[in-house]
Amino acid sequence: MAGPANDTPPPDVESFAFTAENQALIARIIAKYPPGKQASAVLPLLDMAQRQMAAQSGSAWVPRKAMDVIAATLGMAPIRVYEVATFYTMFNLRPIGRYHLQVCTTTPCWLRGSDEVAAACKRATGADWGKTSPDGLFHMTEVECLGACVNAPIVQVNDDFYEDLDAASTERLIEALKRGETPPMGSAIGRQTSAPEGALTSLTTLYGDKAGSPTPAGE
Amino acid sequence: MPKLTIDGVEIEVPGGITVLQACELAGKEVPRFCYHERLSIAGNCRMCLVELEKAPKPIASCAYPAADGMVVKTDSPMAKAARKGVMEFLLINHPLDCPICDQGGECDLQDQAMAYGFDRGRYAENKRAVKDKDFGPLIKTIMTRCIHCTRCVRFATEIAGVPELGATGRGESMEIGTYVEKALSSELSGNMIDLCPVGALTSKPYAFVSRPWELKKTDSVDVLDAVGSAIRVDARGPEVLRILPRLNEDVNEEWISDKTRFAVDGLKRARLDRPYVRRNGKLEPASWPEALAAIADRLKGVSGSRIAALAGDLADAESMAALKDLMAALGSANIDSRQDGAAIDASRRDFYLFNTTIAGIEEADACLIIGSNPRWEAPLVNARLRKRWLAGGFTVGLVGEARELTYGYEHLGTSPQALADLLAGRHPFAATLKAAKKPMVIVGQGALARPDGAAVLAAAWALAREANALRPDWHGFNMLHMAAARVAGLDLGFLPGAGGRDTAGILAGAQDGTIEAVWLLGADEIDPATLGRAFVIYQGHHGDRLAPRADVILPGAAYTEKNGTYTSTEGRVQQGQIAVFPPGEAREDWAILRAASAMLDRPLPYDDIAALRARLVAANPVFGRIGLARNGGCADPAGPAGDPARMGSAPFASPVRDFYRTDPISRSSRTMAELSALFVQPAAPAAAAE
Repeated sequence: MAGPANDTPPPDVESFAFTAENQALIARIIAKYPPGKQASAVLPLLDMAQRQMAAQSGSAWVPRKAMDVIAATLGMAPIRVYEVATFYTMFNLRPIGRYHLQVCTTTPCWLRGSDEVAAACKRATGADWGKTSPDGLFHMTEVECLGACVNAPIVQVNDDFYEDLDAASTERLIEALKRGETPPMGSAIGRQTSAPEGALTSLTTLYGDKAGSPTPAGE
Repeated sequence: MPKLTIDGVEIEVPGGITVLQACELAGKEVPRFCYHERLSIAGNCRMCLVELEKAPKPIASCAYPAADGMVVKTDSPMAKAARKGVMEFLLINHPLDCPICDQGGECDLQDQAMAYGFDRGRYAENKRAVKDKDFGPLIKTIMTRCIHCTRCVRFATEIAGVPELGATGRGESMEIGTYVEKALSSELSGNMIDLCPVGALTSKPYAFVSRPWELKKTDSVDVLDAVGSAIRVDARGPEVLRILPRLNEDVNEEWISDKTRFAVDGLKRARLDRPYVRRNGKLEPASWPEALAAIADRLKGVSGSRIAALAGDLADAESMAALKDLMAALGSANIDSRQDGAAIDASRRDFYLFNTTIAGIEEADACLIIGSNPRWEAPLVNARLRKRWLAGGFTVGLVGEARELTYGYEHLGTSPQALADLLAGRHPFAATLKAAKKPMVIVGQGALARPDGAAVLAAAWALAREANALRPDWHGFNMLHMAAARVAGLDLGFLPGAGGRDTAGILAGAQDGTIEAVWLLGADEIDPATLGRAFVIYQGHHGDRLAPRADVILPGAAYTEKNGTYTSTEGRVQQGQIAVFPPGEAREDWAILRAASAMLDRPLPYDDIAALRARLVAANPVFGRIGLARNGGCADPAGPAGDPARMGSAPFASPVRDFYRTDPISRSSRTMAELSALFVQPAAPAAAAE
């Protein structure tokens, strides 16, 4: 699980404060909820704190000081924020490096070779499940279905999906990330969205077109 | 009024209740872990599953509203199988450590496993283990035993008002804790131990001490504050091992404060277990005849006006009555039961009672607290105020020290000036009070034990009258006492008689030599230095502040060691029962006074407690109405003596500077000392000087 390892105290930062831009945004988020129900904004605010940490420290995580700030902002007891933050695995309660590699190993991805993708991730970064690479750039998490089975196997790097991976393309992806590049997200084999690999296998004719001239997508 | 059929019996139940409550009304027992009638409904243990006709699955009865026409089966094969399944799941991760678990013998899980458990496990995987949490010096945690019912979380959030506990993580990683390690900062935290249906939260001071079936249980009342909580004293042999709450809806519901529960180790330490007499400047052990003879020798020929008596905060009504009678026989009118010198007008009973009653708080819609910190002076009154506040439509104003009270309040000021403003209608809160249908005013002892106390009392009464809180159908004037003995002392008239001296007068007399002898009945809240060169007789159970100053020490019985009558701040007369015998040569206090009276040639006219209780009733008929609080409205709005205009300007302060160390018993308790060091002293270094 990506949740906290409860037997060691989570790390923390010296101090945390939302940036002026984010504070303006917070007012808009809270305004979405009825008066007195501002605690509903806890999820967007936690996400905002995590993104702000990513921008400021290069690692997307939520320190306890940030949770305390959110609790004070929303008039909640701090423990209520801790409960929410520890429940959702998408909130990282420890520093996770610049690139969070979330490797899907659920059945479709596994059938399509996620074991090799995971091994390539480990080999190329030196990280392991739940661990950060020695250079501090990568953190690997084994995740359940990311909902992109058509283009399995897939790795989610921070917010972006990289699909149709194999060992070689995974290593290429990681090398590019190491160089500070941002490779284009999506299929590694040039597939358009979730269309069939190669050519269309259905809907090959347009309605009423008796001649049956195939018009493969992407051409 | 929905009509249900429960196990073939048709029953009409009140609207808005749950199926589980309906089953209880029908006399059917439904097992449960997470459901508790005083907490919000969680519905997460699933143990209360019942079969509902036409429902595809068994339903969690605790969270399912009862509706008309339901046909419920609580012991059908489906319900039983469902509960067995739930039990098997609960036991998957529950350790099989009942033999070393302190909950053993009083464990809901153990009991219900007898009814619904399998005789073997089918689970061959590894059980999960959870790291224990540090909840402070009172609660021992063995979190592997936790079944995640969240009763403790809901108690801390809802009743105690300290939202510090929560469930972190999810699924198999879910844990109950504070996330950040810290001790629970509540005066009511011990109640979580009772609430916990398994052995996850147990009493730390009581760890591995005893099994429930070894204990002799005695119903009694608490004396460590003036609330008069119903308690059960559990003893084994000569030792009181623990104190648990007893249900009393009108007083403490089913909670008690941590002081009530955990000061019990103070009953074993620093006890006076034999008489002492001061010879050549040193206190030396003596026999009872020697000690009583020393008193008789010293008092022989001393005029009654040069003798005085002070009753302490833990004294029972019987011993106060005996001491009062003895002083009268000696010709002394110098008696007082108010060690703090609080300006209480005892001419009418409703001048010094919590007239609204504790249960009555739930009817009030506005409250003004004057010079009191109810959270420390009476935690269960505070819990009731919080309960009322949570229900909504309840405004609280506070004049005095601004403390965290677990509910929201408007701070109106710290000094009598705020009261004067309210009286003159200069403060907007005066309008709030006036607009309220059932307003109440609570005045604390800190507002009365000061030179302008009588004026503050009059002002508080006048405020209640202005707010129309003194009506035939509602009495909104409340005095919050802290001493269990106080109201009984006032009811008995343990107050200066005609020409007699009050506490301040007695101490002044002791210093200038006009008072030669002072009889202290457990009076430990005065400064020993103020007794001058007077001959001091200390009758009490702890070698606390005053015993070292005494010339004769008469060892008495603590509240768990005698049959005593106490009157709570509500005016509720209650009787404590003897659970164990006093240690060593210590005796019940009224019997000591009876023996002393014989040595002084003025024998008191009662030889057993029944005769003494008849004397109590003769002195004041309220002592005949056991268990009842004063109820009803205010017959006469005329106020107590005192002129509100004479109020001073000094800010109000609560007399309780350290909740955990307020009386000889809690001051002798190690557990209380630990709590005090943890919570009180870091916050207020001045309190350490006490």
